[in-house]
Amino acid sequence: MNMTSNPRRSDVDQTLRKTLAARHAPTSPGAVANALTFGWRALLKIKHMPEQLFDVIVTPIMFTVMFTYLFGGALAGSTDAYLQFLLPGILVQTVTFTSIYTGFTLNGDISKGVFDRFRSMPIWKPAPIVGAMVGDTVRYTVSSLIVVAVGFIMGFRAETGASGIVLSILLLDLFAFGIGWIFTTLALTVRTPSTVMTLSWLVLMPLTFASNIFVDPATMPGWLQAIVGVNPVALLVTAVRGIMSGTVTAGEIGFALLAPALVTAICAPVAMYLYGRER
Amino acid sequence: MHQHHPLAIETSGLVKCFGTNRAVDGIDLQVRQGSIYGLLGPNGAGKTTTVRLLATLLRPDAGKAIVLGRDVVREPDEIRRQISLTGQFASIDEDLTGYENLVLLARLLGFSRSQSKARAGELLDAFDLEDASRRQAKTYSGGMRRRLDIAASIISTPDLLFLDEPTTGLDPRSRGQVWELIRMLVAGGTTVLLTTQYLEEADQLADRIAVIDRGSVIAEGTSTELKASIGSGVLHVRLSDPAQRDAARQLLAERLGALVHLEGDPRALAAQVSDPDRVAAALVALSASGIAVSDFSLGQPSLDEVFFALTGHAAASADQSPESAL
Repeated sequence: MNMTSNPRRSDVDQTLRKTLAARHAPTSPGAVANALTFGWRALLKIKHMPEQLFDVIVTPIMFTVMFTYLFGGALAGSTDAYLQFLLPGILVQTVTFTSIYTGFTLNGDISKGVFDRFRSMPIWKPAPIVGAMVGDTVRYTVSSLIVVAVGFIMGFRAETGASGIVLSILLLDLFAFGIGWIFTTLALTVRTPSTVMTLSWLVLMPLTFASNIFVDPATMPGWLQAIVGVNPVALLVTAVRGIMSGTVTAGEIGFALLAPALVTAICAPVAMYLYGRER
Repeated sequence: MHQHHPLAIETSGLVKCFGTNRAVDGIDLQVRQGSIYGLLGPNGAGKTTTVRLLATLLRPDAGKAIVLGRDVVREPDEIRRQISLTGQFASIDEDLTGYENLVLLARLLGFSRSQSKARAGELLDAFDLEDASRRQAKTYSGGMRRRLDIAASIISTPDLLFLDEPTTGLDPRSRGQVWELIRMLVAGGTTVLLTTQYLEEADQLADRIAVIDRGSVIAEGTSTELKASIGSGVLHVRLSDPAQRDAARQLLAERLGALVHLEGDPRALAAQVSDPDRVAAALVALSASGIAVSDFSLGQPSLDEVFFALTGHAAASADQSPESAL
């Protein structure tokens, strides 16, 4: 394909002919491999645009430091005691907020020409979506680790140590992956990434504040306590606190995973339908 | 069996509507295996929609389309195994490097990690992109993007390749490179369906051409056949005095035996020419009757002129362009 002036023309043509020679694709690698490849794509995007992680890094640090020193003394008598209480909650809040980005990035991504190529390829149809969400668990893990590190510097200690933290992060990843389907569905419904953002905040703000993240619900009015009692975010906070203090029960973990499981069961098929829709 | 189906594409009465707009309105096509087939038409004619229907991205509202022996509605997965699509706007991931793009797609197709890396390197090398392989694709020039796009389409050699306006917006040099690539691919046995707005491109590459207007095929044939119906070239004449244009039009129509139309420029006329020999005589006749010609040229008809010859109206881009709306 080179210009006549190119002295290497015949070499290049040779290479090109060889490259173009018929070759058929190996057998399809299957759903999991396809999804993991898309997960890798999500990581490559973070690599090229590390500023994407800015929110994920700065927001949790801000929240942990701010809430501990602002409210700690007033709410728990001392900042140290409050930090022990607050940190598992801040972890949940951070990961929940981060899960919005799944929808935010997907909305911009999906309108690009490369998705036409994906759709015309012999791959597992949901792979681009599921893979993006799998890639996002890396984000959740990174932001969790940052919160834990900041907490550690400020004096937080998990009674169950490193294993408690690893387990907590696993549970957080599962939770965020599950509820991420809400934002994925949203991303496939609305037109612009900023709409995804606005709508997501509307869902998440009440969920995170009407919860046991910042205060013990015992002081709340009865009706609010009832809400907190069924709030999925609050259930997760209870489970994470339990894991970190070593008092967790299987029931608590089950309750924490109930909402993400339900959301996945409902939203995943809807998201796949929306994704398969013509555009 | 499917492999040896003589037609790579066969459609009958294919229809696709977007709301009230019949973007594809009863298209019949027969594309022989191993050939290059050109869909020629202006923006909004329905070329892209046709390609998207055949590449299983859209479902037809009516009619039938058989691609590589398979029905697009019933067996889209089998079709996807054997086709590649290079969309009108680059079907590559702009945020990733050229290398990462190719490795990603190779992995999706089932190549192992090492095979994928090797194949990506080989393609980048052959497509003259190795220097840019570690740069994000968004930094690429139009020609480089197109080459990467085509490379991405042939990681495993498709039996049928869709190229939607492969050279729109490219400089002549890059256009030549893309043409050469397409020819080599077809020499290797791939069938190519390409859309274009340029008669020259269709003429250079395509074995057969379908001219598309408002969702229908208005002419079909080899480039020679098409030219026989629209003239092998176009004579453009510019007069010194616009007042003489009507006289010149009459004289040219007589001498050339062809339709002459008036151009936007009040001094200019254009005529489809079937026999270039008659051009010289016609020009002499003009000057003999005192009509001064300031300049003239003989060239290939533009898309507009093809449309004028075939339909009697200009190739006005459809108001509702499904291509741009998508």
